[in-house]
Amino acid sequence: MKQIKHHLNDALLMGYSAGTLPEAFNLVVATHISVCDDCRARMHSFDAIGGEVVSALGKQDLAEGSFAATLALIAQQRAEPPKGAAVGGIFPAPLRDYVGGDLDAVKWRRVGGGVSQALLKTRDAATVRLLRIPGGVAVPDHGHRGLELTLVLQGAFSDATDRFARGDVEIADEDLVHKPVAEAGLDCICLAATDAPLRFSHLVPRLVQSIFRI
Amino acid sequence: MRGSTSHQRQEAMLSAQDLAKRMEWSAQMQAIRDQQDQAAFAALFRHFAPRVKAFLMRSGMTASFAEECTQEVMATVWRKAHMFDGTKASVSTWIFTIARNRKIDMIRKSRRPEPEELHWGPDADPDAADVMMMAQDTEELGRALASLPEKQRGLIERAYFGELTHSEIAAETGLPLGTIKSRIRLALDRLRHAMT
Repeated sequence: MKQIKHHLNDALLMGYSAGTLPEAFNLVVATHISVCDDCRARMHSFDAIGGEVVSALGKQDLAEGSFAATLALIAQQRAEPPKGAAVGGIFPAPLRDYVGGDLDAVKWRRVGGGVSQALLKTRDAATVRLLRIPGGVAVPDHGHRGLELTLVLQGAFSDATDRFARGDVEIADEDLVHKPVAEAGLDCICLAATDAPLRFSHLVPRLVQSIFRI
Repeated sequence: MRGSTSHQRQEAMLSAQDLAKRMEWSAQMQAIRDQQDQAAFAALFRHFAPRVKAFLMRSGMTASFAEECTQEVMATVWRKAHMFDGTKASVSTWIFTIARNRKIDMIRKSRRPEPEELHWGPDADPDAADVMMMAQDTEELGRALASLPEKQRGLIERAYFGELTHSEIAAETGLPLGTIKSRIRLALDRLRHAMT
């Protein structure tokens, strides 16, 4: 496994463990953890806190016949089908589930400047999309109202803060106005989630934005 | 002076008892997995089900809804017993994750994307010493949580009961997570090594 330099922060991991992140962020977190053992270990640690929080709670009386009802449930349930082992490709399992396949299954839409995107379906207001940026191409300057997570799946991009390659996740808040540029070579494929619409600094991208729901 | 020594001895004894209890839960999970042992399941149920129900109610479910979900959570504990791995998580942690996932299913009506699973080899039975260390680290984490100042502990609890959004969560928990994280990381490294 290649060295990952940019990781999830504690607030995101704790939110993921507590189950309070928007679905779009959950997907980015689960996809990053799939390729990052360090954050996987941190996630398990936050789960351990959850276990201890529950253990420290008092007991709540169960309904009469609760145990028998549980045994009846067990008798009804079917065995879990074993999950298929990881197949090749660049999408880790949680992302593959949302796309319905790997890179070749993505239904891209052009958003201008050679950049394409594919919105993934989620149930709450935060959005998550795949972005494809050809090598050498820049995504227009943009700021954020909320939080934006960008996880690199293929290729690499750089902005004023650093370089981001496969597995790296950039956590951008309201203070960061950035202009990511894809590195020459393979298309840069990213998974990006936001809990608020992006804010572009120029008019034309703003028009594109209103049409394409970036 | 003598008072503090006897206090320490008492602490050590309590801690040994708690550790023994955790090891017992782990053994019970294994008995469920290997022998479909109903008595072992009944023992786990007695301890965990009332706490799972309290957790679900504290997270906003009505008593009857929480009761129904608790039964489903405990049934899942049985069904997924083969996935339990005591070197990566203690039983309390593992049951929490099942209850948490059920809560998300029910309250948010959406499934939670889970990381890709790492599979142990077919004959990679977890090492008893590793299970013990994991139980010990978790026990210590629980103690550290209990000894946090009231206000700080309250914030952590509220985060896990779902009362804080991600922007309200304070990243700094004040809990010594380094030890348990390193232990899990080591287990993952060994697993990766075995997989390649």
